[in-house]
Amino acid sequence: MNREAFERQYQADWQRLGELLDHLEKVKKSDRRPLGGRGGILSDDFPELYRRVCLHLALVRSRLYGTDLEQRLNSLVLRGHHQLYRRSGPTWAQVADFFVAGFPRLVRREARLVVVSFALLFGPLLAMIAVVARQPELVYSVIEPEAAAEYQTMYDPAASKERESQTDFYMFGFYVYHNVSIAFQTFAGGMLFAVGSIVYLVLNGVMIGTVAGHMVNVGNSATFFPFVVGHGSLELVAIVLAGASGLKLGLALAAPGRRGRRAALVAAGRQSIRMVYGIFGMLVLAAFVEAFWSSSTVFPSAVKYVAGAAGWAAVAAYFTLAGRDGRAA
Amino acid sequence: MLDTTRTVETPEGVELGLRLAGPAVRAYAWAIDLAIRIGAYVVMAIPLAFFGEVGVGVLLVLVFLLEWFYPVYFEVNRLGATPGKRLLGIRVLHDDGTPVSWGSSMVRNLVRFADLLPALYGFGLASMLIHPDFKRLGDLAAGTLVVHRVDQGLPASIPEAPPRPPGAVLTLPEQRAILEFAERQTTWSAQRSAELATLARPLTGLTGYSGHAALLGIANWLVGRR
Repeated sequence: MNREAFERQYQADWQRLGELLDHLEKVKKSDRRPLGGRGGILSDDFPELYRRVCLHLALVRSRLYGTDLEQRLNSLVLRGHHQLYRRSGPTWAQVADFFVAGFPRLVRREARLVVVSFALLFGPLLAMIAVVARQPELVYSVIEPEAAAEYQTMYDPAASKERESQTDFYMFGFYVYHNVSIAFQTFAGGMLFAVGSIVYLVLNGVMIGTVAGHMVNVGNSATFFPFVVGHGSLELVAIVLAGASGLKLGLALAAPGRRGRRAALVAAGRQSIRMVYGIFGMLVLAAFVEAFWSSSTVFPSAVKYVAGAAGWAAVAAYFTLAGRDGRAA
Repeated sequence: MLDTTRTVETPEGVELGLRLAGPAVRAYAWAIDLAIRIGAYVVMAIPLAFFGEVGVGVLLVLVFLLEWFYPVYFEVNRLGATPGKRLLGIRVLHDDGTPVSWGSSMVRNLVRFADLLPALYGFGLASMLIHPDFKRLGDLAAGTLVVHRVDQGLPASIPEAPPRPPGAVLTLPEQRAILEFAERQTTWSAQRSAELATLARPLTGLTGYSGHAALLGIANWLVGRR
């Protein structure tokens, strides 16, 4: 059979498939129903028609009928492929289930990486606090004098007054933008064979420890610690988890085990990104607490310390106990 | 076939050809998306300026969402293409040709941070130039590709000529070569076509312009106009 006869015979099939695909591509996502259910949007003849056009494409290729016809059928088959083989997104129930049980289980499964990440952040942090307490001048090796002075005035006890709620909202926006960016950077740094994540964790630990130590030195501890203790649990643990997910990516590249590097990376990426969803939630919550609760001077320090301790306890309990109901993970 | 085509075998047993998009096209698409985003920030900032600091806070949250999730939203909900990509006719797919999912889109856009290092997509560009499938680090981590949309090839037209049987049994690749010669007439000068037709002398017994006419005749015969 030559090309023109072939086209004449099957033109109707291709046009019908093209029309069906045009129609399907216009259907909104919310109107889609799973294939096979009653009232599904795919017409009954779609799968068989699609398979026939696949056969036509194979014939066109093997009989060398021409690249233009091959491209036309290739694009039809590709569009049909997309309609039949798409992955559906999560439902709201699945999202809720993730935050209630899935996220803590995921963190527990990566417990070793979380511990390493914790050490990489808190090790330098506590070390810097101790070092700066003994040698206050070292503060200026880490942060510039202008920045140090700025921190000092920010937490100066004499200058504290209730912030307007307008500014609170602005700070909420700022914290979301700033903190989530840091967490995403820490995660992405894992692509560089985990070196990026390690560097980000250590640098952040050093920075936070230095600032904390400096605050103690200049006598601002009464304003600084009540401020940070409220949201510190959420934010620091979120950074630790971001580091852990970055480390997971880097480990997949550096030590892929029995898989090839590419496959190991894709598999690790799929798992790590789920942790990033949880981290994002934690950081939005932390930004909310930081903006609207931490800086308010209505409550005395004692209340803030108690709330902070409760926050740490809650975070610890969430990650160690939530999702443990005997069901298989 | 050009080596920027990647073939994927579907469950039906047929191979899909995906034309990969290189760094230049993707850079243009990124530039267009950046311009769109900046335009959106300017448009959003004007009314929000009236609300003082609350407005600035809202603007910061919106900027954050737009920076990170603008590509994700479009890739998942709008056929794998942000507006910049759609303008240039490229889209994002998984390695196996399926449309990109939420998780993969998030991974490839978050790892964009690593692609941005050390400055202005240094690592990303290096990765695209080294990898045979033009993947940047985000694509490697997520298992995605960026491909051109090819909806319709240019219609092939063989110039009319009196059909003439070949006079010998031709294999399929030989028939294909003659047909492609006829299809591409418009891209060569007449002298070049004659020069190429001389190569078919063992078949036609003619050279130059008469050989060219003979080959066109054979092409018409092969296509079915007899």
